[in-house]
Amino acid sequence: MAHDTTHGVHAGAKKRIWQVFIILSILTIVEVGLGILKPDFLVHNDLVSLSFLNWIFIVLTIVKAYYIVWAFMHMEQESGSLRRVVVWTGVFLISYLIAILLIEGSYIQEIYSDGYITWDF
Amino acid sequence: MEATTVVKTGTEGQAWGGGEEKPLKASYGKLMMWFFITSDALTFSGFLAAYGFSRFKFIEEWPIADEVFNHFPFLHGVDAPMYYVALMTFILIFSSVTMVLAVDAGHEMKKDKVVTYMALTILGGIIFLGSQAWEWKNFIHGEYGAVETRSGKIIQFVDADGDRIALDEFATASPKDRTQHLAKNGIWFSSEPSLNTLVLEDVKRGFEANETLRVRTMQITEEGEKEILTREESLLKLNTSGVGVIEGANLSQNEYGAPLFGGFFFFITGFHGFHVLSGVLILIIVFFNVLVGTYEKRGSYEMVEKVGLYWHFVDLVWVFVFTFFYLV
Repeated sequence: MAHDTTHGVHAGAKKRIWQVFIILSILTIVEVGLGILKPDFLVHNDLVSLSFLNWIFIVLTIVKAYYIVWAFMHMEQESGSLRRVVVWTGVFLISYLIAILLIEGSYIQEIYSDGYITWDF
Repeated sequence: MEATTVVKTGTEGQAWGGGEEKPLKASYGKLMMWFFITSDALTFSGFLAAYGFSRFKFIEEWPIADEVFNHFPFLHGVDAPMYYVALMTFILIFSSVTMVLAVDAGHEMKKDKVVTYMALTILGGIIFLGSQAWEWKNFIHGEYGAVETRSGKIIQFVDADGDRIALDEFATASPKDRTQHLAKNGIWFSSEPSLNTLVLEDVKRGFEANETLRVRTMQITEEGEKEILTREESLLKLNTSGVGVIEGANLSQNEYGAPLFGGFFFFITGFHGFHVLSGVLILIIVFFNVLVGTYEKRGSYEMVEKVGLYWHFVDLVWVFVFTFFYLV
């Protein structure tokens, strides 16, 4: 049997599920709290043209994604090759797509705002 | 024991028969689910990247999310930014937890527990869908209303303290020739929703009568807030460029700001909601299979695992939608 495991392993699996739930909840509460408070020093300080606040949001989101995929979708129990097939495909294609579209978007914004035509009349 | 039954080709043991080794050491069903999830993740990232593109293009006039989504059930008129979305996030995360508990119970071959946890998961999914419907209702209905300008931008109205003020609080509707078409006055299936009660002239008149009112434009200032014009500029703006009244949101215009914002909201949350809906339907099918003992006879609850993968993926997408639509 593929799943012929002992009782102890299953107790561990349940514990892990609840642990991950608590981690995800705390991260969400932190995100919402920061989103409501919007502390000034986080909003007005930038790192690579993105405010600290947005960096925090994005990093916490990726941490949440990691826990969902690894613990809830049991990625940690899959073979290393499957992990790489899924994660690398996503990471490389999505970062390329985002980089291209965001650079293009801010270029168009620049053209709009620095051009000689007004768009608000 | 094999998790899934595969049709034999009669070429087993031969080099070109594929051999006994499973690709990536995963069962056929799970591997296909992972393929689907990867491609679906790329679809969603395409949508979110397109949202990012449009937002960067209109970076100085994009709506501020916590001004748009600030409703909470039973708290009328109370400014409750993001509490409701946070609640929806928790509902979805919790249904993910019950799902993974169902998968875990399936590993132990405990049918009763699988049934309980799957029922809870389905319930969570349905509650989430209902919450999303309520969110859409608020978005479509709108709260304050706005005036559209010649260039397709919108202007909103604020009182002396800089707080938003709804159109019907200062403008009163003038008598009109047109009456609402009700079903009782014609054929039974033909009627129309309530007429847009205010026209631009009413807004202009109301605005001129209230000396303290001012106009708020879409432009975002250095402080990250929307620009508020002086009284003189406000009058000039409203009288020279106002073309019509907008109440609520649809695909071509909305009272919150850039029209694209409404389109992306409907499309991305709608596409995600459609995933939740199909997830709930698949869960219900699998739930009944569990009830009648299909997987008990098969000796493996792998089908629960596969639908679980899909369900967690839906949760995963929501985590990203939540961040990029409501937080960033």
